[in-house]
Amino acid sequence: MSSTSGRPALAGAGSLAAAPALRSPSLFEQVGAIARRSVVRTFRQRALLVFPLLFPLILFAINGSALSAARKIPGFPDVSYRDFALAVPFLQGALFVAITAGTDLARDIQSGFFDRLALTPLRGSALLAGQLGGAVVVACVQSLVYLFVGIASGVGIASGFGGALVLLALSILIAFGFAGLGSLLALRFGTGEAVQGFFPLLFVTVFLSSSSLPRNLIKTDWFKEVATYNPVSYLIEGIRSLIITGWDGEALALGFGFALALSVLTLGFAGAAMKNRLVRT
Amino acid sequence: MSGPAIEVEQLVREFKKGPRAVDGIDLAVQPGEIYGFLGPNGAGKSTTVLMLTTLLPPTSGCARVGGYDIVKDGAHVRASIGAALQEAALDAILTGREHLKLQATLQGMPKAQREQRGQELLERVGLTEAADRRVGGYSGGMKRRLDLALALVHSPRILFLDEPTTGLDLQSRSALWEEVSRLAREEGMTVFLTTQYLEEADALADRVGIIDHGHIVAEGTPAQLKGEIGSPTVEVVPADPTIGDTLAERLEGFGKLVRNGNGAVTVQLPGGESQLAEIVRALDQAQLKVASLQLHQPSLDDVFIAKTGRKLEGAGEDEDEQH
Repeated sequence: MSSTSGRPALAGAGSLAAAPALRSPSLFEQVGAIARRSVVRTFRQRALLVFPLLFPLILFAINGSALSAARKIPGFPDVSYRDFALAVPFLQGALFVAITAGTDLARDIQSGFFDRLALTPLRGSALLAGQLGGAVVVACVQSLVYLFVGIASGVGIASGFGGALVLLALSILIAFGFAGLGSLLALRFGTGEAVQGFFPLLFVTVFLSSSSLPRNLIKTDWFKEVATYNPVSYLIEGIRSLIITGWDGEALALGFGFALALSVLTLGFAGAAMKNRLVRT
Repeated sequence: MSGPAIEVEQLVREFKKGPRAVDGIDLAVQPGEIYGFLGPNGAGKSTTVLMLTTLLPPTSGCARVGGYDIVKDGAHVRASIGAALQEAALDAILTGREHLKLQATLQGMPKAQREQRGQELLERVGLTEAADRRVGGYSGGMKRRLDLALALVHSPRILFLDEPTTGLDLQSRSALWEEVSRLAREEGMTVFLTTQYLEEADALADRVGIIDHGHIVAEGTPAQLKGEIGSPTVEVVPADPTIGDTLAERLEGFGKLVRNGNGAVTVQLPGGESQLAEIVRALDQAQLKVASLQLHQPSLDDVFIAKTGRKLEGAGEDEDEQH
């Protein structure tokens, strides 16, 4: 066995000292350790950070200019199309966070790293919360970048500085909910391929929403119907209201309500799936 | 802990759409002993390890590890054991040091001591200089060494190693053998080691259990097992592989016979080495040309052949093809 230190490997050290007395690690410590790993992993794989950042911004740039004629439709809000479209990257970014979180967890399951973690006193809830904690940090960075790029490109935030903070909170909650969905898929199916296979489906839900036009201006009946029943419309409209309207209680209540419901549902199911996956006696 | 470090009674694991992977095995491993669990792919070795490490509930039967019941006291079992499961399960993005820190944190080690413990273990497995490199760039041997270090973070009394040297070169393999042997010898650690390498079981294990199709077919010290076989074997490889049937027919009177690939035949010689001359004469009389003729003293391979009727090498592949 070659050793990088130049001496025969495994030939040193003599008897190993006993490990210091162990105690039961707190939930906070466990979550922190897993979240730290999740963040480190993401930031070291730049492609995982750069493409999810760039892709929504590229679409934002294209749509902001190509669909600007939509402003001429009677009833369209009296803002630039760029103002109107800025909400969409936050949703698309959240979907990327979901896929990254799910794929990471699935890779751990496939590689056996999950079993290694299972052999420690780590609680399933801590593993899930840690993974999601990492996803939230990434979502924070993404949301800040989208917001700064939007403002730099001339978008005004109608609700002001306070509204921008609420916007960040809502977009992070949305990303948290979708990351829960990614984790659920990973725990349920156990493969990265299965998680990534859902990505196009999730992306379609953004297009089948009020992402491009206000719902009341969608002329195609079935599309309007789908957009009305699609919760993604309300998530986008919650964010959008802070950018173009100001403080719209109904839009915010619906946006936060659906984001919270998404988080509770996906976390609940992911927690149950974690119990099944983490079959320790 | 008084009594065996690992005690297994009638342990069974049945999968819904498959055969009984483990079919009522009994075994006992004494503290400080290295127990080699030998068998081909698919014999039930890893399933047994997963059950004993609490990662897979048994269908029936019972087992105690470190004095704790694997079903009722899973958490205590996990606290008593370290495990390096099949294929080093590491995060390619993290460094070796980060792995050890994560493991130490999750095992509940006080913050102030995590760094020191990690350093001790890195030195122990010869990874000091590679400690801050990402594991994705490690060689197979380095990954296995880190895997072993991670299993030792919390100073377990019992160590499970599931095919720890599969895929390693000879040098890496013997270095790992040396370390495992030292853990048992100097630190009194009990080691449960699964392997499909006969020489590994022979070199390392105080006792060996041979598992095939979920059953333990033989158990004892390597010397005892070889002693049971008692007699040497001769392997005859014909110059023309198509005459394998004739060759086997001619040799069956000499002792228990096993057909190998390429027409080769292995014959057990109950009368000892003196039968070799008779075999040569018989082949000469029958004008059967041989490419090689080799005498083997009893080995664990012979024990496996005697107990299962097959050679260990390739036995798993045969089963895979049948399924």
